[in-house]
Amino acid sequence: MKLKELVTLLEAEILTPDPDPELDIPCAFASDLISDILMCTKEPTLVLTGLTNTQVIRLADMIDIVAIVFVRGKRPSMELVEMATERNLLLITTRMTLYRSSGLLYNAGLRSCKI
Amino acid sequence: MLACVAVKSSMAEYWNIDPAFEEAVNAFISKKPEAGVVLEFEIGERDFVNSGKGSAEVKNTLKRLGIGPEILRRIAVASYEAEINVTAHSQGGKMESFIHDELIHIRFTDKGPGIADIEQAMVPGFSTADDLVREMGFGAGLGLPNIKKNSDALHIVSAKGEPTTVEIFIFYGS
Repeated sequence: MKLKELVTLLEAEILTPDPDPELDIPCAFASDLISDILMCTKEPTLVLTGLTNTQVIRLADMIDIVAIVFVRGKRPSMELVEMATERNLLLITTRMTLYRSSGLLYNAGLRSCKI
Repeated sequence: MLACVAVKSSMAEYWNIDPAFEEAVNAFISKKPEAGVVLEFEIGERDFVNSGKGSAEVKNTLKRLGIGPEILRRIAVASYEAEINVTAHSQGGKMESFIHDELIHIRFTDKGPGIADIEQAMVPGFSTADDLVREMGFGAGLGLPNIKKNSDALHIVSAKGEPTTVEIFIFYGS
């Protein structure tokens, strides 16, 4: 799925600078548990979460995260956006819930990441 | 697999070794070779802002040395979970990474208060984390099982009221 498609589906807002609308999102994983995200991400993955602390960004230092979608209208601090920008990590926010966001993306053909 | 064995009167010891690496781990421990690169990081109690930096630095160093992505991922995940454990559960400590030709050996040493029952702490879902730690997305009781899953050998020495030492061994060819 292309980034522009995802943004339309989730009525989302991109928080980091210079996003490429044609960026390919290969697969996704959704969780509010850091250990789950760590254990289940073995390939470049889109992460959907309600967590907005420093450690969510730090995850991208350990595993291959393409972008993070913050659900339920959560917005990370400017400090987090800066941390993500330094890492070339795309941050996105949507007002939709974790369940609805995941369902819409899955229905549109975005597969689950291999676990 | 080795079971939990009491080594001293108070301290408990836990070993989990992938049978394929048992010989190599035993040889490594008896030889005590000197590491080519040693990295050391302090880990602050409840310092969730900086926790993870040590593991990221270890991963970047190994990446520069040409270690493959799948092994890098396993090392980073195991190391990060252990680093977070020191941050979330101890009064602070340090992480020492010994980079050898064939494996990485990472040792986490904290200032206590120790693990009352290591076998119980290894059970997925068991956690003593408080609300603050859980709100940050940790404390699901998956840290130690995740370390065990991603390492070739895991060694824990602890007891209630004592410091804890956690050692991780991962071979680049595993």
